[in-house]
Amino acid sequence: MVLTKTRQRDVLGHSALRPDGTAKVKGDFAFSSDLWAENMLWGATLRSPHPHARIVSIDLSKAWKVTGVEAIITASDVPGQLTYGLISEDQPVFAFDVVRYMGEPIAAVAADHPETCRRALAAIEITYEILPPLTDPEMSIGEQHIPIHPDGNLIREQRIVRGDITATGPIVVEGTYIIGMQDQAFLGTESALATPDHDGGGVEVYVATQWLHEDRKQMAKCLNMPEEKVRLTLGGVGGAFGAREDISLQVHTSLLALRTGRPVKMQYGREESFFGHVHRHPAKVWMKHHATAEGEIVKIEARFLFDGGAYSSTSAAVLLNGITHTQGPYRCPNAIVEGFASRTNNPPCGAMRGFGVVQACFAHEGQMDKIAEAAGISPVAVRLLNAIRTGDTLITGQILESVAPVERCIRETDALPLPPPLPTDAHELLLPGGSGLTADRRHIVRGIGYGVSIKNIMYSEGFDDYSTARCILKDGVATIKFATSEVGQGFVTLAPQIARSVLGVDEVVTETIDTQIGSAGSTSASRQTWMSGGAMDGACRMVRERLFEHVAAIHKLDPLQLAIENTDVVDTRGHLRIPVSEASSGVRFEETFEYHHRPTEDLDENGQGNCHVAFAFVAHRAVVDVDPELGLVKVVQIATAQDVGRVLNPLSVLGQIEGGIAQGLGLAVMEEIIVQDGKVRNPSFTDYLLPTALDAPTVIASMIEEPDPQAPMGAKGVGEPPCISVTPAIVAAIRNAVGKSIDRCPVRPQDICL
Amino acid sequence: MSGHQNYTLNVNGTEHPVKDAWIGESLLYVLRERLGLPGSKGACEQGECGSCTVVIDGSAVCSCLVMAATAVDSQIATIEGLAEDGTLTDVQEAFITEGAVQCGFCTPGLVMAVHHLLESNDNPDEMTVKEALSGNICRCTGYGRIFAAVDAVIAQRQAGK
Ligand code: FES
Ligand code: FES
Repeated sequence: MVLTKTRQRDVLGHSALRPDGTAKVKGDFAFSSDLWAENMLWGATLRSPHPHARIVSIDLSKAWKVTGVEAIITASDVPGQLTYGLISEDQPVFAFDVVRYMGEPIAAVAADHPETCRRALAAIEITYEILPPLTDPEMSIGEQHIPIHPDGNLIREQRIVRGDITATGPIVVEGTYIIGMQDQAFLGTESALATPDHDGGGVEVYVATQWLHEDRKQMAKCLNMPEEKVRLTLGGVGGAFGAREDISLQVHTSLLALRTGRPVKMQYGREESFFGHVHRHPAKVWMKHHATAEGEIVKIEARFLFDGGAYSSTSAAVLLNGITHTQGPYRCPNAIVEGFASRTNNPPCGAMRGFGVVQACFAHEGQMDKIAEAAGISPVAVRLLNAIRTGDTLITGQILESVAPVERCIRETDALPLPPPLPTDAHELLLPGGSGLTADRRHIVRGIGYGVSIKNIMYSEGFDDYSTARCILKDGVATIKFATSEVGQGFVTLAPQIARSVLGVDEVVTETIDTQIGSAGSTSASRQTWMSGGAMDGACRMVRERLFEHVAAIHKLDPLQLAIENTDVVDTRGHLRIPVSEASSGVRFEETFEYHHRPTEDLDENGQGNCHVAFAFVAHRAVVDVDPELGLVKVVQIATAQDVGRVLNPLSVLGQIEGGIAQGLGLAVMEEIIVQDGKVRNPSFTDYLLPTALDAPTVIASMIEEPDPQAPMGAKGVGEPPCISVTPAIVAAIRNAVGKSIDRCPVRPQDICL
Repeated sequence: MSGHQNYTLNVNGTEHPVKDAWIGESLLYVLRERLGLPGSKGACEQGECGSCTVVIDGSAVCSCLVMAATAVDSQIATIEGLAEDGTLTDVQEAFITEGAVQCGFCTPGLVMAVHHLLESNDNPDEMTVKEALSGNICRCTGYGRIFAAVDAVIAQRQAGK
């Protein structure tokens, strides 16, 4: 017997390992903060200590006297547009008349040492006329409101009206849910290195971002330069989670470099990072569900209020996402929903993993448990009863065309094993509160809760967020290029897997991620596997066609009868079999492909329209131990079944699931930016607590594979769903343990014990 | 700026002269910005995240909290010293194969922390591992694959005994 050793190739479906893994474990990987250039200066930013004030005067004279200072810039040094923004350009590069949030940039310096920068910033004298901060989002858009920005305080208002708005049922349940302000808290803070061209006519910037081309567009306007003069390369990114969707230090660093004619590096410290990027919107969501006696949803009434903070960022899109996900993954024939995103003097809010859906889900899942209780059925039964299916109509009138295995998500989650009861001799670190705050074992009660969610993937409302990829095949080696931001999610692993699968090559070279190719859109909205994956797949397929034409011409075959089998080109109707390396030897095929998803539309005034591209689903079950006396919680286990379409890399998907769950746990019981009168009270890792190794629950995950025919490779994005319904599941488990209604997250000790 | 000094640091067995440096600089800053050793990362610079973990005279410390000038007579080990001959350590290898690396910003600190743990205890139980790593924050992975990597190394080392 001859044993053939089957070689495992890193094709789609396999847990291919990260190509940057070796560099990362050795400390060799160049994060944007690790960059260095000959003759480099350091940049730093002066920020407002006040949430609302008029700038009366700025005196730079003392700062200029600090030895080592090379440049100081303010709004009057911005050569182009004075404001920027992702959707509406309402945010100043530097505040020029009024500061509208604590931490708003006013000036920047470049100097020989970070310490020199700090001293120079301290020497800048600003006279402010303090204005009362408008911090209540409800008041901000109330009758008597005073506008705090020329664009007004209402960033967006949208309603959804569907079906019979007078419909009701024997069960009516209502709740007002509060969601706190969460920080993305990526570990690698904002940083960039900008190098001016010799003639000062352009600038090259290495930056950690989610979307190179959008940054470039906004930077070029503010720098008053043609876009091609602003060249961006992705610096190594230490996590993103939405916080790098807006620009932060990009324009400041470039301006300092252009002003000094020297490379300038800027890097935020942790405290500055809390002020330097947008956060998850704090929100107040009121929902009233009408249901049949059996617990079937008849109608939902809802009102959303998102606090957008001082500038609009992506608030308009977050609001849209929130209200269009009011119903959750459940059928709902009648609805009346209104939503507002308002402007306040609180920190600006924008994109964070889950993007508006986190807030909606926290509310609708709280409501589902209330319906279950009123109908006398279990949390699982009420969700199964209402579970949406492919072909159902959403409250926007859009037909749910995506594969929707909601029922399976719920059933498979529920079937996962429960953890054993808390042992009587459990390690003290396993108890709620851990060491130091040790709960009394006799008081500890266990609770179980469920959460299910629906999440749109890709951008919505008519936006064509296409992606571009290039593939070159030569001598058996594929060389691929894209501008897709790698923020840790693993597109750099997936792209070569695609090339190997489509082209039958083993060796794949990935070129630098920069703006020397078309846009890839943003690494957000769980969209890169679908969009950039689709672009990469398309480019590789086009190259494969060229290869088949070439082979067919030589062998006088019809190219349509050729196929790739492992690493060979084979004739499906004959005997020809040549290794791809040989077939592509001495030739070079190059193709670039732009992938566009199907078009979407705006909502009309009643919130009707096909505004989303596709959806993914997930269910979570949380088991918690709670000490009701002290209000302490330990999340013991999270079980989850997630609709992933198709698993392209099991290890990567698992990493997204576990990582997302930890962030959702953070929002459930730990993480909140505390803002009082517009002032951030806890901008540090000492006071803003993140889940540690001791907080991480056991995760048991099941991936549901029902390939989506609309998705290029059948695979849905997997990044956001894990963090969405885990939060309400944990809070439901706490309610279940202590028998108390808790309608806010994060849940604080006083919410449990007082 | 005033308060500049010359001194020498012993990092990974090599003497590194530090010239004309402001004495207020942290060890993390000097390693990264003066000695060309940017493997140690700074994510909080106040001892909360562990990204900057190095080993000084056998103790794992946050290099962001150590004044560089106070470490002159010590042996400093950084991530760059682990795979000096190009061969990855078992811990580094396991971090890659078990999927413990996503963005990788926490990775150097965690790899140092895991090595340090296993040096003093070659067969730690689950809670010991969790406690030992609880000073190293990872925002991407949720820790599951990091525990898997540590377990894999422990199993290998036990099997190799
Ligand atoms: S940078 Fe030293 S502990 Fe965070
Ligand atoms: S891998 Fe990103 S912080 Fe750990």
